[in-house]
Amino acid sequence: MQTLLGVVAANGLITAFTLVGLTVWLSYWLSRVLTHGRIHGSAIAIILGLGAAWWAGKLTGGTRGVADISLLSGLGLMGGGMLRDFGIVSTAFGVQLSELRKSGVVGVISIFVGVLVSFIVGAVVAIGFGYRDAISITTIGAGAVTYIVGPVTGAAIGASSEVLALSVAAGVVKAVMVMVATPMVARYIGLNNPQTAMVFGGLMGTTSGVAGGLAATDPRLVPYGAMTATFYTGVGCLLGPSLLYFAVRALV
Amino acid sequence: MIIYGVALLSGCSLVGLFVGELLGKLLGVQANVGGVGIAMLLLVLASGSKLCQPLVSGESATGIKFWSAMYIPIIVAMAAGQNVVAAVDGGMLALLAGALATVLCFLLVPVLARMGPQGVPLPPLDTAADDKPAQPGSR
Repeated sequence: MQTLLGVVAANGLITAFTLVGLTVWLSYWLSRVLTHGRIHGSAIAIILGLGAAWWAGKLTGGTRGVADISLLSGLGLMGGGMLRDFGIVSTAFGVQLSELRKSGVVGVISIFVGVLVSFIVGAVVAIGFGYRDAISITTIGAGAVTYIVGPVTGAAIGASSEVLALSVAAGVVKAVMVMVATPMVARYIGLNNPQTAMVFGGLMGTTSGVAGGLAATDPRLVPYGAMTATFYTGVGCLLGPSLLYFAVRALV
Repeated sequence: MIIYGVALLSGCSLVGLFVGELLGKLLGVQANVGGVGIAMLLLVLASGSKLCQPLVSGESATGIKFWSAMYIPIIVAMAAGQNVVAAVDGGMLALLAGALATVLCFLLVPVLARMGPQGVPLPPLDTAADDKPAQPGSR
């Protein structure tokens, strides 16, 4: 047993491949048997992953889901920023440049609309919960943009750690919701073609949410959504501590 | 050679991320601005150019297709590494802010999409296609 655990711990990434493979297999089986294929296997796999992350977070008190369990740290490497970005780039293989060009302008507009709408919603909710100072309102609003924009903005304008934590939480809620809900609403918002996928990526913006949500909806849409989403966090970090903060300060 | 495709993909990724970092520095932002998107553009351009044909056809292409097929498993691993406890423990404020932002943006998708050129729906996915490597954008 000791020897087995030693092998598992020493080969983290290989362990991760095995575990994810089993999870995906189980998910596709569940999809077929329980839902007759109505809920896509990859959507179930992502939900199982999120469930495991919640369980591991409760168990370890850490912030990185199952990656905080030392035996499973390989999952952190497999699902970390490096391989995630590498995987996203690889999905662009086979994409037609003309498809991207078609939605260039509206894609860019969607990024700005997405940042602005999410920020306003977050800021209004913050005011509704009794926050009255511009720094806290801005930081929580920025958190609703993405969980990276929130703390970057908050740190830049000097928010309290309690508000920073809230803004990260708001961003994670958004990422998780986009992952889970996208395949369910895709039909109603016309998310079945590259052009709409680009608008979707720009509006939602959260890279992990868009990446997961589109993967569970139709993997062929991933590169289009990811293309615009990848600019979103940058735009958010640019506007959050500057323009948006000044606007909030002028208003309260 | 499979490694040629993998190397092209890696090269595009590194150059893209580097440009994204530079762009962030230039704008005075503590974030990578569009690095992944720039890398994707480079890969699209490379696979369309004559010069790179040997790197994106035949055996070499398998090196890229492998990673593109590994994408969903990577996303599953990513989901398992999210700070879900923070999302749940953030309380009503975090839940409302995150959820309302998501719902409103969902609603705006068809509105903005109508402003642009109309997209043609992709042909339906047959279940058998799930077992093949993903071929994004193919008709």
